[in-house]
Amino acid sequence: MNLYGIELTSRLLLGSARYPSPAMLADAVRASGTEVVTVSLRRESGGQRSGQGFWSLIRDLGVRVLPNTAGCHSAKEAVTTARMARDIFQTPWIKLEVIGDADTLQPDVFDLVEAAAELCADGFEVFPYTTDDLVVADRLLQAGCRVLMPWGAPIGSGRGLNNRFGLRTLRAHFPDVPLIIDAGIGRPSHAVEAMELGFDGVLLNTAVALAGDPVAMAAAFARAIEAGRAGFEAQPMAPRDLAEPSTPITGKAWLA
Amino acid sequence: MRVTVIGAGVAGLVTAIELASRGARVEIVERGAGPGAQACAWFAGGMLAPWCEQATAEPPVAALGAASITWWQRHFTDTVQRGTLVVAATRDAGELELFGRRTERFEAADAALIGALEPDLAGRFHRGLFFPDEAHLDPRRALQALTAQLDAMGVTIRYGVDADVERVVADRVIDCRGIAAHDTLEELRGVRGEMIMLRAPDIHLTRPVRLLHPRFGIYVIPRGQGVFMLGGTLLESSSHGPVTVRSAMDLLNAAYALHPAFAEAQILELGVGVRPAFPDNLPRVFRRGNVIHVNGLYRHGFLLSPAMAQQAVQMALANTPEASACISS
Repeated sequence: MNLYGIELTSRLLLGSARYPSPAMLADAVRASGTEVVTVSLRRESGGQRSGQGFWSLIRDLGVRVLPNTAGCHSAKEAVTTARMARDIFQTPWIKLEVIGDADTLQPDVFDLVEAAAELCADGFEVFPYTTDDLVVADRLLQAGCRVLMPWGAPIGSGRGLNNRFGLRTLRAHFPDVPLIIDAGIGRPSHAVEAMELGFDGVLLNTAVALAGDPVAMAAAFARAIEAGRAGFEAQPMAPRDLAEPSTPITGKAWLA
Repeated sequence: MRVTVIGAGVAGLVTAIELASRGARVEIVERGAGPGAQACAWFAGGMLAPWCEQATAEPPVAALGAASITWWQRHFTDTVQRGTLVVAATRDAGELELFGRRTERFEAADAALIGALEPDLAGRFHRGLFFPDEAHLDPRRALQALTAQLDAMGVTIRYGVDADVERVVADRVIDCRGIAAHDTLEELRGVRGEMIMLRAPDIHLTRPVRLLHPRFGIYVIPRGQGVFMLGGTLLESSSHGPVTVRSAMDLLNAAYALHPAFAEAQILELGVGVRPAFPDNLPRVFRRGNVIHVNGLYRHGFLLSPAMAQQAVQMALANTPEASACISS
């Protein structure tokens, strides 16, 4: 998978929030084989650099950091947070998140497009967290994004892929744009499904962090994502209404 | 043996008591001007809840914390053992199930039991978990009580002294500075916690109540005379800055969800403490040269201080090898 010119072996991206401890997070990162970890930047911590303790632990993991703008509710707020993140983590990558509804945490797609355009023009490499809306996806690409991160379901809900039709349409319309399912994945089977639909990768956080054994769950997801991708590449058979015996009966010895 | 304990937070005071009761000549140096807000213990919840903590903490926390209840009962007679009640809104019943799967020593509580335990919550919650063996205390009064005990034992506390750990002259030095020890313990990080003190004379609760929520759980702890402590946020930040509006809203909203009468409560105080934590969020007692470090108690200062103090005292009084490590797990 190639994201903004960076070749990645693992198709799993992992969030760093809500683990029982940073040590557990580190173990989960290793078990998942991920090469990209997202980090959220609370504005107040960013301003005073007071989150250094945690951030330096993330940096020590030896993986690429994808800072995000979680918790931002407007384009302006997201742009400010993105700039702060660039200073702190020294990366042009930013996972752009602009929340439009406090209950469902669904993206405010209007401010998302606005912020994406501003950040792309400013040299950022933007990973927009968006819905499965085709038109919004198109606008984000016009704004300069070269990766899209549509949701499977609302953040942290663990409901899997809510709109398979919409996601399939996105895939079909943008065959050459890396598409990563971000949010809503609860179980490894959800990740398999996303990968079988032809998505390039999956971003996870809660499903791993809040599992009884986050490290084992990280490993389970790694395998699920590999299996799903391999299944997609191997071109699965189409479902049929009629049963067909895998071993033909004609010509077999008939023993009474 | 002359021992200097640096830091008069909960870890320092408990360690000093354990040392003095074994005959060591102890003094405490503390950079703050008096007992109080320089210690994150001042802003603690004071829950002695080893089994509830199993929901998020690793096994050593419960194992080490279980014995602390009797330690506190012995040293602070106002320790209250009435258990912990855990509830969730009907919508969040899944959170209760998950909490129950990861903890032990509780009984499932239905509406009747919840109402019997805490009549003010009758009819408001239909399902919960009751942890009967857990206890709680008022951290500020407990710290004051320990200070008085130390005074009676002849232990001096020198306030307003910012000691240089390397230069203290004593047979043993025990560094209990919490997050301030970041200067020598590089792995130590700060985890910010915010709390709110409320006066709500219309509400009567007799034990800590935890309200589970998918985004932010809170706890409400009765401090007596209609005063309640509301906590606590967990932020990966070492900032001592004032409570943010977002945190205050989260905490107050949750209190209101627990009982609408909290809307009429008066806000007495908004407080912030920075808890010291190692990367695994587990405490450590270890020795480097002449200095024994007791640190990383994270959000479990009151729960784990007795066990960690005992380890530190054994290390101080025995002739353990120089760079020995005695980790909790």
